[in-house]
Amino acid sequence: MVMSSTEEAAMVMSNTEEAAMEMTAMGSKPLAPDNAPSTAKPFINQINEPQAFPEEERVNLPVFTMDYPRIQVPFEFTLWVLLASFAKIGFHIYHKITIWIPESCLLIVIGLVVGGIMHSVKEEPPAVLDSNVFFLYMLPPIVLDSGYFMPTRPFFENIGTVLWYAVVGTLWNSIGIGLSLFAICQFEVFGVQDINLQENLLFASIISAVDPVAALNVFEDIGINEQIYIVIFGEGLFNDAVTVVLYSMFAFLADLPIVESSDVFLGVARFFVVGVGGVLFGLLFGFVAAFTTRFTHNVRQIEPLFVFMYSYLAYLVAELFAISSVLAIITCAITMKYYVEENVSQRSCTTIRHVVKMLATISETLIFFFLGVVTITTDHEWNWAYILFTLLFAFIWRGLGILVLSQIINPFRTIQFTFKDQFGLAYGGLRGAICFALVFTLPDNVNRRNLFVTASIAIIIFTVVIQGISIRPIVEYLNIRRTNKNLNTINVEIHTRVMEHVVCGVEDLCGQWSHYYWKDKFKKFNDRFLRRILLRDNRAESSIVSLYKKLELQNAIDFLDTPVGDLSAAPSIISLHDEMMEASRPKKKFLAGDVRKMHDILSRNMYKIRQKTMGYTNKYNLPDDSPTREILIRRHASIRRSLRAESFREMPGRNIPKSQRYYSLQPGGDLESAFALRRRSHGGGEVDRLSARLQPSGASARSSSRSLVAMRMLNTIKEARSAGEQPAASARARTPSPGGSASDERGPGGSSFRAPLPPPVGWVRENQDPGDIGAGDPLLRHSSQGPGGAGRS
Amino acid sequence: MGASQTRTGNEHQHLMDKTGFSSEQIKNLRKRFLQLSGNEETIRNQRGDEAGAFQEIGFEQFLMVMCHFRPPTLKMTAEEKEAMRKEKLRFLFNMHDTDNDGTITLEEYRKVVEELLSKSGAIGQETAEAIADAAMLEVASTNVPHMAPDEFYEGITFQHFEQILKGLEMESRMNIRFLDVDTTTMRCGRSTS
Repeated sequence: MVMSSTEEAAMVMSNTEEAAMEMTAMGSKPLAPDNAPSTAKPFINQINEPQAFPEEERVNLPVFTMDYPRIQVPFEFTLWVLLASFAKIGFHIYHKITIWIPESCLLIVIGLVVGGIMHSVKEEPPAVLDSNVFFLYMLPPIVLDSGYFMPTRPFFENIGTVLWYAVVGTLWNSIGIGLSLFAICQFEVFGVQDINLQENLLFASIISAVDPVAALNVFEDIGINEQIYIVIFGEGLFNDAVTVVLYSMFAFLADLPIVESSDVFLGVARFFVVGVGGVLFGLLFGFVAAFTTRFTHNVRQIEPLFVFMYSYLAYLVAELFAISSVLAIITCAITMKYYVEENVSQRSCTTIRHVVKMLATISETLIFFFLGVVTITTDHEWNWAYILFTLLFAFIWRGLGILVLSQIINPFRTIQFTFKDQFGLAYGGLRGAICFALVFTLPDNVNRRNLFVTASIAIIIFTVVIQGISIRPIVEYLNIRRTNKNLNTINVEIHTRVMEHVVCGVEDLCGQWSHYYWKDKFKKFNDRFLRRILLRDNRAESSIVSLYKKLELQNAIDFLDTPVGDLSAAPSIISLHDEMMEASRPKKKFLAGDVRKMHDILSRNMYKIRQKTMGYTNKYNLPDDSPTREILIRRHASIRRSLRAESFREMPGRNIPKSQRYYSLQPGGDLESAFALRRRSHGGGEVDRLSARLQPSGASARSSSRSLVAMRMLNTIKEARSAGEQPAASARARTPSPGGSASDERGPGGSSFRAPLPPPVGWVRENQDPGDIGAGDPLLRHSSQGPGGAGRS
Repeated sequence: MGASQTRTGNEHQHLMDKTGFSSEQIKNLRKRFLQLSGNEETIRNQRGDEAGAFQEIGFEQFLMVMCHFRPPTLKMTAEEKEAMRKEKLRFLFNMHDTDNDGTITLEEYRKVVEELLSKSGAIGQETAEAIADAAMLEVASTNVPHMAPDEFYEGITFQHFEQILKGLEMESRMNIRFLDVDTTTMRCGRSTS
């Protein structure tokens, strides 16, 4: 329909004014309303007159128009996200702030400020914390992030404890707080008599949902011991199932005039349906996702998409059936991660991780931000008594709950929770966004709804601000047991590893399986069935090796594209060479660089079984493998040369994948490159040395499988360690040939060690995966065979 | 029957006092011991004379070794925990100190490092030696900071060993829960992969 020019102008004007108001409200500059077509004047008073205009003026083509409503929603969304992100940037400019004040606090404060501004211009905030938007769009990324980066090993080791605290703890809290509040409501003086028991219980179930984001950040920063970390982490995730059930049960019951015991039983049954159903759905979608990625090697660009789509699908389907969607998405992520990361390309893997982190960060930032905004703009109903008592009871019941539950479960744990640990657990129970969103989903027929909203907000802000800020000094003051991540002396590394071996050996010896039994059983099942079905390329490998392969490939590719010369390696190697001449005396000085290299060699090449170190993933950062990458890049500085200089000799008798051939050229770590230099001075040609090294690599590969056989035979009998004082030699695998042959070609220059290493105690794991050793070994060895010729560059 | 019961009862009591295990744990370990030894009283040293001084060990010695791996309980005082830690450290120390002279010399340390690294196969002798040297140097510089240039660091004594491993949480790591193990589910050594 053709509009007259004046009508058009008028509409544009009114839009512009509206837009200007919006902009003002958001704090951006208002656009000057001077972009109406120059030929028209603001004829607002003529809009209502239907008339046929005498065409006095010729309407020109509007050169510049504005149509705000069309873009309004995405535009505002983008601006909100940007604003929240700017706030985050701002926090980190002076990074000491974030040490003392958790980010969620700061975001709430900024949100309060913005909310104040909006309130003063009478602008309504977007309905972000409307329940649908929250539960369908904002919550899944956060939960996916938690599930995807969950440290699985500590989690499964402590799974009983985690579930115990999550389920029983939440129940305890809800019922305790609900009953206490109901008791308070009986007093007339507080003026809340009209809240009945069901409503109290409903409210209590909402506020007992723990969301320890800020606490987790603090715990990570100070490196708290992993048991507390994983219990709080897991509790925060898994209490969702209980909360969902309790909430729906009490909401249902709030409508009923009388509650019967059959309803309670149904509630319990519902809990199991919710919990188990969530897990099953998660597993289902996880496996389907893994299976799908088996076939995606030709469509690498959309590989990350599957991860997101399937997990989101799991979430939505679970929501469809009103079972625990959080459990579904977490289980999906955990299941999927392992197989998908093996199937997809390295880039897709990186992309997935980055996007998961990004979405989660955005979501969380927005949530806390809007928490602040909505605080100002909702209608509140304040009742001192009720709110203060809620706070009080929340603390008391949580503290009591942790105490009692810990007493009950401590006997079942190897490492028990001390009182300090328990205090840390109790104090780390902050409330967060889930509580907030749940309270907004309260149906309107609940009277005193506003009171509940206010109370929830009060509790959240209190716990996040007060507890969030104070938890760090308190934990440091109490000196809660921490994992000591900073022991970077060589000795500690060696002895830790020795100790782990000893413990594993003795465990095998006395047949103690505990959770390792289930882990082992699962591993067998995994290798036999799941990996075959779900993985495209199913060679049994240890995860260390496969990750290493990926990194190496990536670096080799990057490397062949860009010329990088590692000139800095040369001088250090030369000086290292001089140092090595005095290797006999243990008093020499080691360069810091050498020590670092030794560390790398040690950490990468020592036989790692049952890796016990926990890699924290910071909530806001990706897991950090940059040191590894850097080392690999540096070592590969010389691979280029050798690649061009050499013709490859086929490995005798082994079907080594193409990628491995590159790496097999350069045996030895950086330290060995020193010997390369030394030998060169002895006259060995480069070509000879390289080709000579090819041989032992091949031979070593075969001999390693021989060593495997030797170990297997010994597996059948566990030699008991002789008593107390007389230790047997702590020999490991028998590798006489690699040692021998590798040093053979070292020839006249280097010291050679001809005698074979002492035979091993039958100390290897019974459940050792031969695939691990067989396929793993050459790669591990090749990994140590970094560019020995680093010195050549 | 009665006589043998009381005899095993007394034995168990004696063992319980000595090692600190509970009766239940001793029973479990006994079951395991019998399984390992093929129902004999002693386990033979399978590897010939090279390793270890004993040719065979009895149940009591088996238990003595195992008792080093008990986890600390909540009821322990700080001194007991310290003592337990020392015990575990002593265990490790003795493992390295093969000639039992109270110090870990460079040679012994080298052997340890070699064996740890030997899985990867091509970390050569020199590298392992260099690492062992570095480790010894660390110990020396930590414990004897002002060594003259021509002094020779003899070896790691137990005190030095304790010193360098001060930060390590031995109590929480080096322990095993001695629970009942259902013998039907154990796969005691038959290769199963």
